[in-house]
Amino acid sequence: MGIDLSAEAAPRRRTTVRGPSDEPVVLTVNGTEHAVNLEPRVSLLDALRDRLALTGSKKGCDQGTCGACTVWVDGRRVLACLTLAITCEGRQVTTIEGLTTDGELHPMQRAFIEHDAFQCGYCTPGQIMSAVALIEEGNAGTDQDIAEFMSGNLCRCAAYPGIRAAIRDVRDARAPEPGATGDGG
Amino acid sequence: MRPLAYARVSTVEEAVETVTAAPGSAFLAGGTTEVDLIRLGIARPGLLVDINDLPLTGVEDLPGGGLLIGALARMSDVARAPEVAGRYPGVSRALLLGASQQLRNMASMGGNLCQRVRCAYFRDGLSPCNKREPGTGCSALDGLNRGHAILGTSEHCIATHPSDVAVALAAFDAVVRTSGPGGARRIPIDDFYLLPGDTPERENPLAHGELITAIELPPAGIARRSIYLKFRDRESYEFALVSVCAALSVRDGIVAEARLALGGVGTKPWRARHAEARLTGAPATAESYAAAAAAELAGAAVRRHNAFKVELARRAIVRGLTLAARGGAR
Repeated sequence: MGIDLSAEAAPRRRTTVRGPSDEPVVLTVNGTEHAVNLEPRVSLLDALRDRLALTGSKKGCDQGTCGACTVWVDGRRVLACLTLAITCEGRQVTTIEGLTTDGELHPMQRAFIEHDAFQCGYCTPGQIMSAVALIEEGNAGTDQDIAEFMSGNLCRCAAYPGIRAAIRDVRDARAPEPGATGDGG
Repeated sequence: MRPLAYARVSTVEEAVETVTAAPGSAFLAGGTTEVDLIRLGIARPGLLVDINDLPLTGVEDLPGGGLLIGALARMSDVARAPEVAGRYPGVSRALLLGASQQLRNMASMGGNLCQRVRCAYFRDGLSPCNKREPGTGCSALDGLNRGHAILGTSEHCIATHPSDVAVALAAFDAVVRTSGPGGARRIPIDDFYLLPGDTPERENPLAHGELITAIELPPAGIARRSIYLKFRDRESYEFALVSVCAALSVRDGIVAEARLALGGVGTKPWRARHAEARLTGAPATAESYAAAAAAELAGAAVRRHNAFKVELARRAIVRGLTLAARGGAR
């Protein structure tokens, strides 16, 4: 953190220019390291889908408009279509495939099924990656907050009421019991 | 998408040197504009210099109550930083009303200031556009110009500046700090944005290889009760048709100090100095606010589809000032 302009912060090194042809790149996705060769222009979304066969993340607009490609990088939800894969070296990428634990669906995935929060399902992986992050961020307090902070995920089938209901369920299941005290810290 | 070379740098000095040495290179921060425009073929760097490892992500106190915001601080982090939300709520609100949370998590503050216009003729890569290809003409003048600017336009370009936060930063006299091949400098935000004039391809005074390192917000007590309102075609995740950042200091019913800046209507983030001059010393009433709005909008130049923005801006200013006089709250 902080704002550090000093060159002393890191020893001067020779800058390595890579590409434009294939470069060996190590991507850490859902906790597993993958060594791939790819050009610097390849998006994280294309690397996930075409190189790692992780096709859960969807390509809708490919220009940062629809949210279908939402994944987490270092725990924050971002758009994989506007992220170059090579910039993710040394960072932790999490996709919809990484949400399950030992084959058990994540509570948000179960809630989406229970509330019929999709029709065609194309936007759903992005919706779910956004929804889980939304609650972690603390931005799911009210229906208005949910609508506002989920606005980057478009659903052409307009399953929004089901999506909001699923989010409310997971949020409320996590909330402390009424009257519960904090950790005292 | 055209082929790209890539380098990751770890200091400001290395970043500046690397880009300066390669004429066809560009900095890469959040990438939300840059990657989009490269894919569209509008931006054509041969080398992207990834600056995301630079230690420029903090929000720090400046003496007297001001703030220094690192150029690589992300929009979402700056919006919820207690110093920003507490001392400059208009800035925080402007950030939260821009883009989506995913984009706010990616987009850096420095990159936000450098984002390119959303004019469809600029982005289509085909139409005559003086900003993209100087000398080819402006397709928006007689085209679909509903979203275009009414203030600061020229015969060569009427594209609206798209940033929300830059509007709030303009209201509070932010200063852009840079490091470049010629050393460091501080650029007042009003000078950072250039009117299109007859060189719309030039949007800011940054030299090739000059990097924004931080944004200074000078101390401004008035900003503590600032507001930001945004009016658009849908409720969220959309650019402004009109936006207003306002702050008022009222004593005994008289406006002692006013800050007003407009988005969605200008070719740059629009500090409404004519309106501020009208407001200072005037009664804090709706009549004064309307007169101030009229003074600012007197210079509006409308086109076929965007004339509605004059009335929309007038009403937005009056509402914004009314809320600001009540002490903000949103």
